[in-house]
Amino acid sequence: MNSREIPVLQADKISKSFSGQRILNRVSVNLKRGEIKVLIGPSGGGKSTLLQCINCLVLPDEGSISLAGAEVDLRNKKSLYQLRQQVGMIFQDFNLFDHLNALDNITIALRKVKKISRTAAEQRARLELEQVGLGDKTDLYPAQLSGGQKQRVAIARALAMDPQVLLLDEPTSALDPELIGEVIAVIRSLAGKGMTMLMATHQISLISTLADEILFMEAGVIVEQGAPSQLLVPGCGSKSAGFCDRLSELADGECRC
Amino acid sequence: MLTLSPFYHDLLDALNRGLLMSVALIVPSACGGVLIGTLAGTVRAFGRPWIRSIVDAYAALFRGTPLVVQLFVLYYGLPNLGLYLSPYSAAVIGFMLCSGAYQSEYVRGALLSTKKGQYLGAQALGFSTWQTLQSIIVPQAIRRAIHGCGNEIIYLIKYSSLAYIVTCMELTGEGKTIATEYFRFTEVFAVIALYYLVLVSLAMLALKKIEKFLYIPGFGRN
Amino acid sequence: MHAQLNAVIDAFPYLLFGAVNTALIVLTAMGIGLVIGVVVAVGLVYGPGWLKLLLSAYLWFFRGVPILALLFLFYFGLFSYLNIQINALAAVAVVLGCTTGAYQANIFRGAIMSLPRGQFRAASALGMSDAAAIRSIILPQALRISIPAWSNEYSIILKDSALAFVIGAPEIMARAQFVASRTYQHLPLYLAAGLLYFLLTWAGVSALRKLEHKVRIPGYSGEEQT
Repeated sequence: MNSREIPVLQADKISKSFSGQRILNRVSVNLKRGEIKVLIGPSGGGKSTLLQCINCLVLPDEGSISLAGAEVDLRNKKSLYQLRQQVGMIFQDFNLFDHLNALDNITIALRKVKKISRTAAEQRARLELEQVGLGDKTDLYPAQLSGGQKQRVAIARALAMDPQVLLLDEPTSALDPELIGEVIAVIRSLAGKGMTMLMATHQISLISTLADEILFMEAGVIVEQGAPSQLLVPGCGSKSAGFCDRLSELADGECRC
Repeated sequence: MLTLSPFYHDLLDALNRGLLMSVALIVPSACGGVLIGTLAGTVRAFGRPWIRSIVDAYAALFRGTPLVVQLFVLYYGLPNLGLYLSPYSAAVIGFMLCSGAYQSEYVRGALLSTKKGQYLGAQALGFSTWQTLQSIIVPQAIRRAIHGCGNEIIYLIKYSSLAYIVTCMELTGEGKTIATEYFRFTEVFAVIALYYLVLVSLAMLALKKIEKFLYIPGFGRN
Repeated sequence: MHAQLNAVIDAFPYLLFGAVNTALIVLTAMGIGLVIGVVVAVGLVYGPGWLKLLLSAYLWFFRGVPILALLFLFYFGLFSYLNIQINALAAVAVVLGCTTGAYQANIFRGAIMSLPRGQFRAASALGMSDAAAIRSIILPQALRISIPAWSNEYSIILKDSALAFVIGAPEIMARAQFVASRTYQHLPLYLAAGLLYFLLTWAGVSALRKLEHKVRIPGYSGEEQT
């Protein structure tokens, strides 16, 4: 761990306002290789915006982003494209390309962005789909897939790009309860393989069992930060514990994983 | 072998001549209309505000006034300004401009109805703006626009008959001449109706085939 | 510039009278089309197989043949063949009426089919006859949904009415032509005609928008309620 002290991802003092309202206020996050950090907190707290600022789908008003020690030039389009090739993102609404089947959803990025040949891209795509358990669904279109399957294809698509970091924006929030399990299983296996992840989620099982560190965000600021062993001790009175307790109540009867 | 009476002989001669002219009107007008429509539609969807207003005005003008008036202005009106167009040119230019305005509406709608998530997904993977347009937006927009644009071309087949009013002799024009000569309007125009029905039906079949070819399960139902 | 403006201003009352005729043609045609459209649509959705075939043929014919050809066919052809005495204005209204009837039938059919099936089932379950269900439940909803498409159809028919001059009906284009041939001020007159059509379109579409608002049902979208 000591030879890799430079964080894989460093977001420094990110601020963002939308029509006069401050959504993010000088938020800093960094991730070392293999670390998994989870963002929790009430809606509107800025979790989604933070994730979208990190891969610059939304350009921050202030602050800097560095990948493996190298700062990203936020005004240069090419450097932004480069950044996004190295940082994968999983959306709440999957955002699969509707006009392409599962296989092509993955190959298109490999061919157009990474300029890999069609045959090599297809091989890689099949591999990734196998790994998320959808090897037999390569020819199906998004409209023919269930929510859980769509999210798994989205994960396969992001992984095929060999990202250094994976950003997950509420990956299970748009799924029916019985489909959440399959996606969580995939995320767990990624964690097991050492993928560096920054995740915003309400899924209590992911928060308590996968996170190396929990970041509680409220009104655009990180108000609490620490390991689950510190923050989630029953009776410690932390905001995180309170929030997670409420999540547990809501999740009663739903997925136990 | 049926021996046709002189009337039917003349009729079919004239109508086939007219049909050729109709096709000569429809094909360039359809292509021009699609071209103008695509350009105008793209500008109306993504252009800067000032150029968007200009193109919006063009579309509003040509969709809000009858094609008849537009043809009159082009053929009978422009000579007042010293510009003389041949009947064929006036007809084709009129059809292109009018059809283009309607096509731009479909193109614009198709481009704007691309779900935001599709852009986001592409951007998150590192697609450049140009690549996003090429690989994601255009393929989806074509599928959304094809029904409207195809129907517009079918309308054009029917509106080509208006070339008659600027003295360009296509199917309807030739028919009028023959019918007046023999004073057999009902028969002549029944046959002409048949010609148009065949043309339109063939076009509709072609459109259906194209739509089937482009079909993607579940696409278009947002 | 003076000569042009004068020509237009002098001719304006004359053109306006033509506009009245245009309005008459369009209103009559839309009225005929509405009746035909509703009847044919109901037939297409709920009728027996042979009726559907017949009505589909009607749609195919009147949506496939250009209006100009139809005008010649009916006015110079069929009407005189069948010895029907009819003036040009009425003839145009009838032909346009049959044409728009076909398009309106398609619009209404689409609207009826887009309603959730449960509407008809609920009506039947309450003991309503098919006819009563269609009249009191299906049509009120379908017609409301159709107003935007109907408004579009209105502006199409308005523009198609400009062809009436070809068979001698005294509407806007005929009048504009008449004045132009005497004053040689073609361009200003046809531009003025275009303006008149533009105004008529705008007036009609605005009126229909107001109607749509007036008959609006709060919260109604016509779609499946989940």
